[in-house]
Amino acid sequence: MAKPPTLIVHINGRATTVDAGSVVSAAILAAGVPCRLSISGAPRSALCGMGICFECRAVVDGIPHCRTCQLVCRDGMTVGTQR
Amino acid sequence: MNSFDVLILGAGIIGCACARECAQAGLKVGIVEVNIPGGGATAAGMGHLVVMDDSPAQLALTRYSRSLWQELMTQLPPTVEYENRGTIWVAADEEEMAEVHAKQNIYASAGVDSIVLDSAAIASEEPELRAGLAGGLLVPDDAVIYPPTAAAYFLAEAMQHGALLLRGHAAVKTGTGVVTLDDGSTLTSGRIILATGADKTILPWLPLQKRKGHLAITDRYPNFLRHQLVELGYLKSAHKITEDSVAFNIQPRTTGQLLIGSSRQYGNEYAAADNAILREMLNRACNYMPALAHLSAIRVWTGFRVATPDKLPYIGPTEDPTLFLAMGFEGLGITNAPGAARLLADEFLNRQSEIDPTPYLPSRVARMEVAHG
Repeated sequence: MAKPPTLIVHINGRATTVDAGSVVSAAILAAGVPCRLSISGAPRSALCGMGICFECRAVVDGIPHCRTCQLVCRDGMTVGTQR
Repeated sequence: MNSFDVLILGAGIIGCACARECAQAGLKVGIVEVNIPGGGATAAGMGHLVVMDDSPAQLALTRYSRSLWQELMTQLPPTVEYENRGTIWVAADEEEMAEVHAKQNIYASAGVDSIVLDSAAIASEEPELRAGLAGGLLVPDDAVIYPPTAAAYFLAEAMQHGALLLRGHAAVKTGTGVVTLDDGSTLTSGRIILATGADKTILPWLPLQKRKGHLAITDRYPNFLRHQLVELGYLKSAHKITEDSVAFNIQPRTTGQLLIGSSRQYGNEYAAADNAILREMLNRACNYMPALAHLSAIRVWTGFRVATPDKLPYIGPTEDPTLFLAMGFEGLGITNAPGAARLLADEFLNRQSEIDPTPYLPSRVARMEVAHG
């Protein structure tokens, strides 16, 4: 089987290789960082994975509060934990 | 059991502040609340602790009340979210800059610190404001709180000093020293404080008018905003008695959220949000802070300020020597709660008040009626 195409996204400043077609929340989980921090600083990540729970919010290409489970990775995308 | 020294009708921030003052002074206090304490106008507002100078009497009460909040500052629980943010009154043009200087003189004469900001200074204090504003006036000691938790704190303090919360029934009638509840039961008290906000069941003739307001809250955008900002035009628009109006008024919350106001509507008693005025309000905000247009608001709600004809609250005795008022605070109930409570407690305990209580006495209502023929 041919290797699937990959692309690079920058997660909290680190270039990370992901399979093309990955959703951003999956890339964040694979990178081992939280999507966002709660008001008290607790790390949070995708829970429902279908755009309902809002736990997967992160900063994507400078835009805060993006629901990353509803976004597909693009080559060169920057993703940051939402604080 | 059903007899009190002071019975307070209404457990909003005003009633709860009164309960705390009276209970701490050793009086036996009861508080009657049909719904959730702090769930009415207290929960709907911004929680801006602000010195306002519409009139000398308003300036005196807001300045005094703010000083009482400052005394409380260190003992307030974190849930009250007291933050010494300061207010910036934003001047769009040179005409409003003239008002900035006039305002500073008034504040200075009352011993309230304020700092004039020029065009560059206001831009550096609040970089998200649009470029080219004339300047502003920074009032550094104004603050921000979360009002429902402040009311809860006052109530808890009152109860620690023996106050009794009587939930679930509304007061429908008062006679000399007697309150009748909606289940027909009665309570007796040497003094009754009416602090029911917009609810005029007890004194339907009392001149009070509801003024509907809208607020929007955004998602969390930490460090977008540092101070509470209010456009100086707010004073002009807030003074209009008959027309609907909007003004730029924005507050940073401890969560990083932004609370965006404000609107004033008259004769509209529907609690539903009004899309036309909401749009106007948010457009006004975006006009002052263009980047707001890219942020997401997560909730919008309305509330009712309760105003008197002369824009001063009713604090003090009525013709019934057992019935006292603490009503009609319009947008300043959160700021003025501690001051109003202290004035009433002073009255009950025959203490000399720190400020002159006469401008707020309800007895002026009769005089207003005479004055209007």
